[in-house]
Amino acid sequence: MTSMSSIVLAASEHADVVPVAADGVFSWMWLLVAIPAVSAAILLIGDGAGDHGPLDRFGHLLGTAAAIASFVVGVVGFVALLGQDVAERAVTQDLWTWMQVGGFDVTMSVYYDQLSALFVLLITGVGSLIHVYSIGYMAHDPRKRRFFGFLNLFIAAMLVLVLAGDYLVLFLGWEGVGLASYLLIGFWQEKRSAAVAAKKAFIVNRVGDLGLALGIMLMFAQFGTTNIHEVGLNVTNASQSVATALGLLLLLGACGKSAQVPLQSWLLDAMEGPTPVSALIHAATMVTAGVYLVVRSAAIYDLSEVARTAVVIVGCVTLLFGAWIGCAKDDIKKALAGSTMSQIGYMMLAAGLGPAGYAFAIFHLITHGFFKANMFLGAGSVMHGMNDDVDMRHYGALRKLMPLTFITFAMGYLAIIGFPGFSGFFSKDRIIESAFATNFWAGLAALLGAGVTAFYMTRVMILTFFGERRWREDVHPHESPKIMTVPLIVLAALSVVGGALTFSDWIEDWLTPVTGSEHHELGVPAWVITLIIVAVVAVGASLAYVLFARRDVPDTAPQQVSVFTRAGRADLYGDAVNEAVFMRPGQYLTRSLVYVDGTGIDGAVTGTAELVGDGARGLRRLQTGFVRTYAAEIFGGALVLVLALLAVNLA
Amino acid sequence: MSAVSVQAIVGAAPSPIEAPDVDYATISPLLIILGAAVLGVLVEAFVPRAYRFVTQIAVAVVGVVAAFVATVVVGAGLDTVDGEVTGRGGPTAMGSLSVDGPAVVTWAMLLFFGLLGVLLFAERRLDGGLSAFTSQASTPPGSADERHATRLRIEHSEVFPLAMFALGGMMFFASANDLLGMFVALEVLSLPLYLMCGLARRRRLLSQEAAMKYFLLGAFSSAFFLYGIAMVYGYAGSFGLAEISTAVSSQIGGQNLLLAGMALILVGLLFKVAAVPFHAWTPDVYQGAPTPVTAFMAAGTKAAAFVAMLRIFFVAFGGARWDWAPAVWAIAIITMLFGAIASIAQTDVKRMLAYSSIAHAGFLLVGMAGLTSGDGVTSVSAVLFYLVAYGAAAIGAFAVVTLVRDAGGETTHLGRWAGLGKESPVLAVAFTIFLLSFAGIPLTGGFISKWSVFAAAWDGGAWPLVVVGVVASALALFFYIRVVVLLFFAPPQGDGPTVAVPSPLTWSVVAITVAVTIVLGVLPGPLLDLVQQAGAFVR
Amino acid sequence: MTEYTPVLVLAAISGAFAVFSVLIAPLTGPKRYNRAKVDSYECGIEPTPQAAGGGRVPVKYFITAMLFIVFDVEIIFLYPFAVEFDLLGWFGIVEMLLFIATVFVAYVYVWRRGGLEWD
Repeated sequence: MTSMSSIVLAASEHADVVPVAADGVFSWMWLLVAIPAVSAAILLIGDGAGDHGPLDRFGHLLGTAAAIASFVVGVVGFVALLGQDVAERAVTQDLWTWMQVGGFDVTMSVYYDQLSALFVLLITGVGSLIHVYSIGYMAHDPRKRRFFGFLNLFIAAMLVLVLAGDYLVLFLGWEGVGLASYLLIGFWQEKRSAAVAAKKAFIVNRVGDLGLALGIMLMFAQFGTTNIHEVGLNVTNASQSVATALGLLLLLGACGKSAQVPLQSWLLDAMEGPTPVSALIHAATMVTAGVYLVVRSAAIYDLSEVARTAVVIVGCVTLLFGAWIGCAKDDIKKALAGSTMSQIGYMMLAAGLGPAGYAFAIFHLITHGFFKANMFLGAGSVMHGMNDDVDMRHYGALRKLMPLTFITFAMGYLAIIGFPGFSGFFSKDRIIESAFATNFWAGLAALLGAGVTAFYMTRVMILTFFGERRWREDVHPHESPKIMTVPLIVLAALSVVGGALTFSDWIEDWLTPVTGSEHHELGVPAWVITLIIVAVVAVGASLAYVLFARRDVPDTAPQQVSVFTRAGRADLYGDAVNEAVFMRPGQYLTRSLVYVDGTGIDGAVTGTAELVGDGARGLRRLQTGFVRTYAAEIFGGALVLVLALLAVNLA
Repeated sequence: MSAVSVQAIVGAAPSPIEAPDVDYATISPLLIILGAAVLGVLVEAFVPRAYRFVTQIAVAVVGVVAAFVATVVVGAGLDTVDGEVTGRGGPTAMGSLSVDGPAVVTWAMLLFFGLLGVLLFAERRLDGGLSAFTSQASTPPGSADERHATRLRIEHSEVFPLAMFALGGMMFFASANDLLGMFVALEVLSLPLYLMCGLARRRRLLSQEAAMKYFLLGAFSSAFFLYGIAMVYGYAGSFGLAEISTAVSSQIGGQNLLLAGMALILVGLLFKVAAVPFHAWTPDVYQGAPTPVTAFMAAGTKAAAFVAMLRIFFVAFGGARWDWAPAVWAIAIITMLFGAIASIAQTDVKRMLAYSSIAHAGFLLVGMAGLTSGDGVTSVSAVLFYLVAYGAAAIGAFAVVTLVRDAGGETTHLGRWAGLGKESPVLAVAFTIFLLSFAGIPLTGGFISKWSVFAAAWDGGAWPLVVVGVVASALALFFYIRVVVLLFFAPPQGDGPTVAVPSPLTWSVVAITVAVTIVLGVLPGPLLDLVQQAGAFVR
Repeated sequence: MTEYTPVLVLAAISGAFAVFSVLIAPLTGPKRYNRAKVDSYECGIEPTPQAAGGGRVPVKYFITAMLFIVFDVEIIFLYPFAVEFDLLGWFGIVEMLLFIATVFVAYVYVWRRGGLEWD
């Protein structure tokens, strides 16, 4: 168990993959993206004037049909891929040349291989279920047509991301999902908190996007190509430091999109969006794009131990960080969001282990997609019955009144804590095992995380479904309509059986051509680790039972709490750090620039009213409107320029 | 200073003047445009008032189209020159003009912008059958004379010949091969623009103020430019870019004179492209000028001045690159950050577009840090592509601005634009596309252009600039997206904006610019090939 | 720097002359003030009080002055052409005619738009 095995990687196997040109079914894979994209365009642009036109009445059906159609294409493609030879499972179809400059060219292509096939199924499958669920959840929203348009836009962008054969095209999808996420978090923009949360998500994500953008620039500068496959081939000849720099830049991008420390703070606020959005984007698919990026860039990470270690550290820190936050939140969605961060931390950790962990990262990503979407939709169903109250202290004893929601949620719960036989058991077990096999401390963090996960998820379960009823007076909990419970049932079933993917190592073998594979021997038999994990989980769950089921739950959160709880409630002071490091200087800068441009400002609209007010009241220093000031600026600038050039010469 | 150059100044040995040899066919696009301008002046003098406006439109459109055709013919006939760098075409008209690949591409670009500008100028359906220009500039704003002139439907059709003169000046500027010619071109392009800025029909005082500011500051910066030219002449003993280049690379001494001269020439050009700290006029002038003029100016002046700047600094001062490059780097960084951050605070659409134009000047300066030749993305090709994509989106955005109105004419306060998506989805989508292109979102021309200037700069070793550029575009994106959200999702103020129904002229401008913006994002290949094949400057 | 000595000497002399003439006038001249003497401009336009119609000054004078300058500049170009007439040949004649015609166009414009009418 203590084997700190030194990692010497064999020549990457995945570099040997030679993509074959698409034919037959595979030449239709572009439909995956095209169908939801067209549907989104129709829903968002078409027929704008009437508030009760046919698109407003049937738009949600169109959106759902588009998602399902895309899923059908995905299934057909997957089946066809199963029928291919292993050597021919990476299929590429060039649609058109996007840019070509000298020797550099970017092709809009569909790159469909084992990895993207799994993602396509997850995105369109879970996506379709969430579309169906949203028909019920958003039934009374006057703008549901737009909501479905955004969802379709998201599906299209996410598919562009996973089907991209070129980092630049991937970046296109990356920006697209960011945009869709921004629009959907702020969907109820009349809520100020939602608008602020959307803004925050956007800004934090931009920091991550910087990393990805710079990484792509670096690839272009070093290799003259941004094709993922060719970068993989070229990087083997590049220096260690280039691989490290690339790995770290991509990791920064991944941190932003996947809400990993230090760019984690947006995810909790993102829960302001409608719950189906939280389920689809902020749990099952988009936030896992960072993991996808790391796994897709396996060739780069294989060459840099530093970058891999950074990924492992980010993963470990986040998995504990998220779990800690999950323990302290009373808002059911925020507790689940903390858990999402934590689970993605597991995936990151696995991805950082190199070929030994890539497949497990993806495996956990898929099972997590099932059970977390399930639980978020379950939470949405609970909120639906509780007049959109999200405070778990106001729930309790809901299992009788919402039997279907309870049972499905319980399936998700058992899966996430890793109850033997459920999907999460297999996927988390694999990650913890490989972590121990590689680095004892990473393994320990993962093991500890499993215990904490069991603790806070049990807390959520007890507060919501068991114990006394603590409802507000005007609340009449009731089960949700069928259109919402059917997706719950399907997802619950998947949460139970999803672990089957690993039977006889199917998913490992399936992904080996993409990610390579490697096995580290543990110092002890695997079942010992499994037993330890189960024991730790049992301890966590029992602790929660003792603390929450055996005592009364106060109606308001107690204020006299330990420093740990307080820190957890404050998202571990992530916002305070951001504020001190980024926001204050940023505000100061904008304010001083507003100060600079005092003309034509009254600050009424764009949400910077208070900020602008200060500046406008101040003296108008530079942008005065007076020609003499401008002339003086030009003169000063000219003087500086002349002196600077002369100084360069003298130096 | 050596005796040789002094002799050149004094002209001690008078040599017989030979009749110059001018290849009129090669410079025909320039002649056609200037001819159209002169013809326009005659139309103004002789055609009866009732037919004047239409006649002017016809002269301008025919002139621009003819010049475009001539440009294509000239461009197709350029010889390939293989020297240290690959180029096409070369100096003509006794070396005073260089009709090379970049020049011809710039001509075509400017003529395209000119055509769009003329279409916007010609729009008369928005303001009760009157153009965007004042009836009689000589009447005081708000006076009885002004009302009388409006009632008589008097119109300033002079804007068309003025635009043609400005266009001619821009084309000359982009292809001038000596500093004196450049100065003349600079003035020919600027003077008509100063005038046109003051001709707005609505908010005339603001417009006149803008014109006055632009004129005074423009004259001021021209003086710097001229002073710089004088110093460089003092250094090299010639105005010709080729001769200056020889002098620079042979290091003939008097380095300080050269450096000061370069700095002052740079000041004049940076003023025209609106780079910080020479940008202060931009928001005021963009806001005050009649919007169609702003559109034409934003696209055209920037393109002409940038190409001229690249030409001077790559051709004449290429040998002193490491003397001027740090200054350009610094200005690029300041300009990008300032433009991006300052635009966040804007509440007026035209001012916001002005700050965005400043930020884009910064990105273009990043492109200047690239390599001058090679197989990949060169500075020249990246900047040319950028100018096309930016210019098209800018003209389109200002065209949209002309359409969103209330009782007092165009309503440019951003708050009044809330809910435009409901009022006119097509227009709001078009404006969104332009904003996304400014922001550099993939699948718009702006993305490819940002990408190519960054790629060029990175190839040239200017990676710190690229990092700042990526940061600045991230900042800017935040703002643009907020405007998009405002357009579509914010509740309208009062009745919301009114969208005037324009004639097909403005619609076609919006449609063309949207199409260009998207095509350049999705299928940039042909234009990238074109700017790539244009090659380097030929002196 | 020796080549520049004459230039510097000339600059010094002209500077000294300017200072001298400004200083010598008040010292030696008689001081008889009247209204015209204390005007800001002595070229015939009253800047204050504001003229009728929005405080504008008549521009007729400036138009005439500008037309004069246009023709002045034209002559400046015509002189060297006349001196080198035989060397430039037909090319010179054609170019010069074009130049004159272009200036004439501007003149025609001013004439047609009433720029030459004093009132």
